Amino acid sequence: MTTATLPRANMLTRTRNRDGITSAVFAAVLWLCLALICVFLFFILAVIVQKGLARLDANLVTRQPSKIRPETAGVQSALFGTLWVGGITALIALPLGVAAAVYLEEYANPAKWWNRAIELNIQNLAAVPAVIYGILTLGFVVRGPVSIGAVVMAGGIALALLILPVIIITTREALRSVPREIRDGSLALGATMWQTTWRQVLPAAVPGIATGTILAMSRAIGEAAPLILVGATTFVTFNPDGVLSKYTTLPVQIYNLVPQDRDAFRDLAYAAILLLIVVLLAMNAVAIWLRNRYQRRW
Amino acid sequence: MTNVEPDLDTVPETVGAPGAPHEIHVELGDRTNHRAPSAEPDGVIELRDLEVFYDKFRAVSGVNLVFGSKEITALIGPSGCGKSTVLRCLNRMNDLVPGAHVMGDVRFHGVDMYDASVDVIEVRRRIGMVFQKPNPFPKSIYDNVAYGPRVTGMKPKNMDDVVEQALHGAALWDEVKDKLKQSAYGLSGGQQQRLCIARTIATSPEVILMDEPCSALDPIATAKIEDLMVDLAKTYTIIIVTHNMQQAARVSYRTAFFTAAADEHGQRTGRLVEFDSTSKIFGNPSDKRTEAYITGRFG
Repeated sequence: MTTATLPRANMLTRTRNRDGITSAVFAAVLWLCLALICVFLFFILAVIVQKGLARLDANLVTRQPSKIRPETAGVQSALFGTLWVGGITALIALPLGVAAAVYLEEYANPAKWWNRAIELNIQNLAAVPAVIYGILTLGFVVRGPVSIGAVVMAGGIALALLILPVIIITTREALRSVPREIRDGSLALGATMWQTTWRQVLPAAVPGIATGTILAMSRAIGEAAPLILVGATTFVTFNPDGVLSKYTTLPVQIYNLVPQDRDAFRDLAYAAILLLIVVLLAMNAVAIWLRNRYQRRW
Repeated sequence: MTNVEPDLDTVPETVGAPGAPHEIHVELGDRTNHRAPSAEPDGVIELRDLEVFYDKFRAVSGVNLVFGSKEITALIGPSGCGKSTVLRCLNRMNDLVPGAHVMGDVRFHGVDMYDASVDVIEVRRRIGMVFQKPNPFPKSIYDNVAYGPRVTGMKPKNMDDVVEQALHGAALWDEVKDKLKQSAYGLSGGQQQRLCIARTIATSPEVILMDEPCSALDPIATAKIEDLMVDLAKTYTIIIVTHNMQQAARVSYRTAFFTAAADEHGQRTGRLVEFDSTSKIFGNPSDKRTEAYITGRFG
């Protein structure tokens, strides 16, 4: 390009204010929305901490619930119930969800209508209210054909059904983010589809799968509605001793403590909420750590 | 043609100049493999009436080609002429493209590669492939090279030797021998591409297919790969797709020129125009279209 065709420098000077009033208003609205959310969150947290901190003591996790002495009672059975149900949920949902996602992403032919139909339905399932999964489990597992009763296993199944669509969707995203070139490189060396998936694609997708799974698990652990339907017993003073044991969980325990008439029960509920938040934060921290630890560049 | 690489050697003035004189001159440079090709290629891989469809779209039609063993054959032509499609038929990588369909014969040592009795895994082990963009696995350098032997069930007595030899073969050993356990992503682009070559030769293939292997590399890395190709051709049959005509001229014994022609429905189908020794293609092509492309007046 010759100097003759270069634009004159003064063409670059600002002739009107593009960052005008519209932009300023728009930015202000966005900021207000964010501020509103933060204020709500902060308010909720502040109330919980203020009311629950007093009861956030060793008794909370070392003692069982009591109907007589809420001042010194704990929620140990609910904490262990949450861990048991969470464990069963993960054991069911993780292998099933990852396997289904691998099939849909790596093996299924997207040109076939039934595969598209399955895909669409899984996306719809992710939006189904949690209570529906509770009713389904109640009808088929707790009673009905399976009839195992209101036990840990049933709770795990209800929550696994609830988070399966989320795990499938996030795992597919993680698999899709593994570059085509990795698969081609492996297949071109004479690896089978199975070897390519197992040795290259899945390991490369682990951070995404782990993050998605842990976030889905956080949701499952915070759920009360489906578990109330499948009969997470409201008053349990023993820890579960197996998958066929009666149980309660932290959200269910909180749900039952709040409407009690004595303040001491409500204080215990706030402390249990704090405990639940701690468990969820810990899981999210693990998700973030996993993502950073195994983050790959292509 | 849009993807021409910046060339290593000075581009001869005649190339690309409008209204270039008919005399064609391509600088062959130092890396030219001076071994004179035998008169006829021996046909380690043979294509007869190859036709490739992607669903209803006919990408390539009527390709007859005979490749010679331990030679470098270059496939050149403008974008969309089907040369990469042809290359991907040679180790059945096209099978992975949904809707891809191959007609005609692809013969490897006389055996129809698309016959139902053929094990596609064995095909790909014996006919390796190096891609346009270096695509090392997100693993260590060592594991990248050892991956092929592991998955194909070769059980070498000493994997370390296999890895070392493959890295020597790809002229990479001296640069990586102290960091075999480190991630392959720490290597430069050119080193990564040579790692991909090492990975390919670790399964001891007969044929190495290269799909524009230098198009993502700088001129120095490109020169190293070209040297390596000439070296590898003593042991392996190499078929390379390249957009860089100087590269084809420098390294190959034979060159196949493809172009795309529209049929009566306006569908563009790739066809083989001319296949001959590289010196003939670049020195005295029989077809006007080849000459136009070589001199840069078309494509």
